[in-house]
Amino acid sequence: MSAVIAIVDYGMGNLRSVLKALEHVTTDSQRVIVTSNAQEIADAERVVFPGQGAARACMEHLRQMNLEAVVLQAASEKPFLGICMGMQVLMKHSEENEGVDCMNLYAGEVRAFADVTIRPQMQNLKIPHMGWNRVSQKQAHPLWQGIPDNNRFYFVHSYYVDPEDKSLIAGTTEFGIEFVSVIAKDNVFAAQFHPEKSAHDGLQLLKNFCRWDGKV
Amino acid sequence: MALAKRIIPCLDVDNGRVVKGVKFVDIRDAGNPVEVARRYDEEGADEITFLDITASSDDRETIVHVVEEVANEVFIPLTVGGGIRTVEDVRKMLNAGADKVAINTAAVFNPEFVREVSAKVGSQCIVVAIDAKQVSAEGEPLRWEIFTHGGRKPTGLDAVEWAKKMVDYGAGEILLTSMDRDGTKKGFDLALTRAISAAVSVPVIASGGVGNLDHLADGIIEGEADAVLAASIFHFAEYSIHQAKEHMAKRGIEVRL
Repeated sequence: MSAVIAIVDYGMGNLRSVLKALEHVTTDSQRVIVTSNAQEIADAERVVFPGQGAARACMEHLRQMNLEAVVLQAASEKPFLGICMGMQVLMKHSEENEGVDCMNLYAGEVRAFADVTIRPQMQNLKIPHMGWNRVSQKQAHPLWQGIPDNNRFYFVHSYYVDPEDKSLIAGTTEFGIEFVSVIAKDNVFAAQFHPEKSAHDGLQLLKNFCRWDGKV
Repeated sequence: MALAKRIIPCLDVDNGRVVKGVKFVDIRDAGNPVEVARRYDEEGADEITFLDITASSDDRETIVHVVEEVANEVFIPLTVGGGIRTVEDVRKMLNAGADKVAINTAAVFNPEFVREVSAKVGSQCIVVAIDAKQVSAEGEPLRWEIFTHGGRKPTGLDAVEWAKKMVDYGAGEILLTSMDRDGTKKGFDLALTRAISAAVSVPVIASGGVGNLDHLADGIIEGEADAVLAASIFHFAEYSIHQAKEHMAKRGIEVRL
């Protein structure tokens, strides 16, 4: 029996790249599946929770497909990797789409780079924040193994997380402001960037995830 | 500023093969899109753009397979353009593994298409490609118009106004090509690039006219572009992408090395 890595498919964007990148770095005893099936997610050894698009649509899809509970359950008990929107919706609330209640795994808000309160710092920066930016590692973590501090990952997003509990912060990135680009707690690691599109270092992070026991 | 300026090699794909001569010293088959993409990735390309120039509609499907094969092995962002006309075309490319889809002519003939498709798949996937040509006479204030059919057909649309409109309609990025400079090796039209970049809130990719490494740096510094796209200087191994990045870094530009 091979151990399953489940990529949660809740209808938000193409998951092929995540699948292919993971397949590139799994161990011989692991198998990667893309699934909308709650039981398969519950049975998986580890879970990847991606997502792209708008926060409201993400939450609607997640709820319509009855996947919110099983994703939250996974986030409480097994190695769990959130990517991009899959990181943002772990927070309590997002400013996007006139305000959206999210999964509330962590207290905190998802904020817009376009917010008026940070406009002076943002100057003429183009939004979305698109391209390769540095991640300053703020916690020692098994998923950072083999990845030099301040290396670059590929980002594409217009909103960022602002967790209340600052001990969650595992990485930050400068874009006008210094924003939280990675959070980690217990068995959960979540990144704003796309490891599946971040060349060598992205694959290294996924490889580390495939071998992680979920402990820090 | 920590966000790197991007270098994007562009590959013309005809019926599943890279054309216009890609030369690498130790590559087995320079027409194989997977091998070329892999090499560009190794050299440090920040993204790769595929332009489907297949003339026959029967061969249109082949670009989907190209994207699939490349996306299976190369883990950097991929953009596909050329002949994209419907939401179904866009979905097919995204499902094959493209991260972004460039829309050109279809946007000019039906601007609502940009609104419709960006609402469905998200602005971050939608690049609007603009082909512009200077139409102001010497001594007049500079003005550029949108052209279609490889720069042959004027549309009467002002390039700056058009770019703004496309962003309002949901374009997440603008790929700007100067039809005056394309293929000339004289460098980007920097005034055009600067005018568009200043007018829109989203990233702008400069394209058309690169003949040397200084042109790339000029596009960023003087043209205020967020990314630079080039084809021939990389294809014929005149310069590697790594060399280009080192040169840009020397000129004070933040790049991913």
